[in-house]
Amino acid sequence: MSGPASLSEPVFPPLVMNPELVKGILIGFIRNEVRKVGFERVVLGLSGGVDSSLVATLAAEALGPQNVLAMIMPAKTSDPISRSDALQVVQQLGMHHLEIDISPQIDAYFARFPDADQRRRGNKLARERMTILYDQSFAWQGLVIGTSNKTELLLGYGTIYGDLASAINPIGDLYKTQVWQLADAVGVPTAIVQKAPSADLWAGQSDETELGFQYRMVDQLLYYLVDRRYSVKELKGLGFEEAFISDIVRRVRDNQYKRRLPVIAKLSSRTIDREFRYPRDWGH
Amino acid sequence: MNPEGRLTVGLAQIDPVLGDRDRNLEAHREWVDQAAAAGANLLVFPELSLTGYFLKDLVPDSAIRLDDPVMKELSALSTDLDVVLGAVIEDPDHRYFNSSLYFSGGELVHLHRKVYLPTYGMFDEQRYFAPGDRFRSFKTRFGRTGLLVCEDIWHLSSAYILSLEGVDLIICPSSSPGRGITTDERLGTAESYRLICRTYAQFLTTFFLYCNRVGFEDGANFWGGSMVIAPNGDVIAEQQDADEALVVASLDLAQVRRERLANPLLRDERLELTINELRRVSHERTRKPF
Repeated sequence: MSGPASLSEPVFPPLVMNPELVKGILIGFIRNEVRKVGFERVVLGLSGGVDSSLVATLAAEALGPQNVLAMIMPAKTSDPISRSDALQVVQQLGMHHLEIDISPQIDAYFARFPDADQRRRGNKLARERMTILYDQSFAWQGLVIGTSNKTELLLGYGTIYGDLASAINPIGDLYKTQVWQLADAVGVPTAIVQKAPSADLWAGQSDETELGFQYRMVDQLLYYLVDRRYSVKELKGLGFEEAFISDIVRRVRDNQYKRRLPVIAKLSSRTIDREFRYPRDWGH
Repeated sequence: MNPEGRLTVGLAQIDPVLGDRDRNLEAHREWVDQAAAAGANLLVFPELSLTGYFLKDLVPDSAIRLDDPVMKELSALSTDLDVVLGAVIEDPDHRYFNSSLYFSGGELVHLHRKVYLPTYGMFDEQRYFAPGDRFRSFKTRFGRTGLLVCEDIWHLSSAYILSLEGVDLIICPSSSPGRGITTDERLGTAESYRLICRTYAQFLTTFFLYCNRVGFEDGANFWGGSMVIAPNGDVIAEQQDADEALVVASLDLAQVRRERLANPLLRDERLELTINELRRVSHERTRKPF
């Protein structure tokens, strides 16, 4: 079930891309969106997984490794392989890094809530890392660069105001299947590309086990559902199981809130984000 | 124009600052100087070159009225060479238009208000702009010319109307965001525009200038790809990269005549037939019961 990405396995044809073209756009995106708001640097959480390793690689190429700070933030529940993979990426790219064991602050908090379950503790880890990233963002004068991919964003497989928080996100429009392709093409170590994806919030966690399906499968469905706007009937016609379709449709719908700003109670005639509409890049 | 019937055109493939008209005007001056130094007689800037594209509620703040003093500064850009630029024009009745302006000899020669305002997918122009209501060609020192802004060219009738007015040159300033990643060398958008622009040039036997911008706004990339196309459909000059660039090409204006002799599509076009058939289609539409 965990089905690591085999680089020799054929990729679903509509999600095959020209990595050089995509890399060029994403490097341009990082340079442009960072520099025009007056920054030269970025900071990111580097887990040792494929998403953050890809973003680190793109950022190092866009801004120079001296302008990228990789934060490695293991907890005692983290797989030691994650840390060593992250360090390998740091070394390969020659970027700055800072390692902070977040267990003491997590443990101090949960000492008051010893019954907290795994999911609650996992979300806390993700948000703890976020507060550290934003603090380092201020100290290092670098924008927080996000590492959530399109599959995670659509499924809501992330912690709101945790790993979903960032200033700019270069890979949010790439499905996991595409992240693997691009990571391989830009030189992310093969062991990182091929290992089973994990949020690593607790020992032995596996994305695909937890989600209940393989990324390769769900990416195909999401492509038809989201990008091509196939109806449920048409999706069934393509051979997807009805239960799988309805599970994914529900996940996408139920997690819409994670992709939006908080709901504001409308009172005036010009409410933020309703009638008050300005580009994020206003004046840049 | 050069004495031997040639026109040197420049396409300023620029990256405007979003919502900062003063900085963009200053940049326009620099590009005009650069184009003049390169020997250009005509310089084309992209759609909304003075303001940037995804303006949203910045549209009214970015607008210029035709009696605004800044119009003199825009006109002054065209002292040495003709200039096409993009701006938000506010009419006296306070409607805002996504406009393309043609200046020559220090004067405004023509103003085209974008007719087809994309309001689908990533676009929301009709929320902020009023649509233009005409396609009109105009005379320049290089021949009869027509302006179409970006989405205008996705409607066959726009270029067709200009063609029947006998244009030698169609100019299309654009702010086209790139999308569509496949195994191809270029984005899907780039391929589509290249096909459309070449088709118009060849079908309508006119020169076609396409000037697209570059840069990023709110994460959307503009793919550049500015190109100069001859009346036989050949791409004479092209900037495939999404970098700022001045694309320069020398046009042999007599090529229009030769192309229309070899390929008299315009001569054989049946304007009356087309009008009659369109009138019939329109009439039949009104007779539908519901």
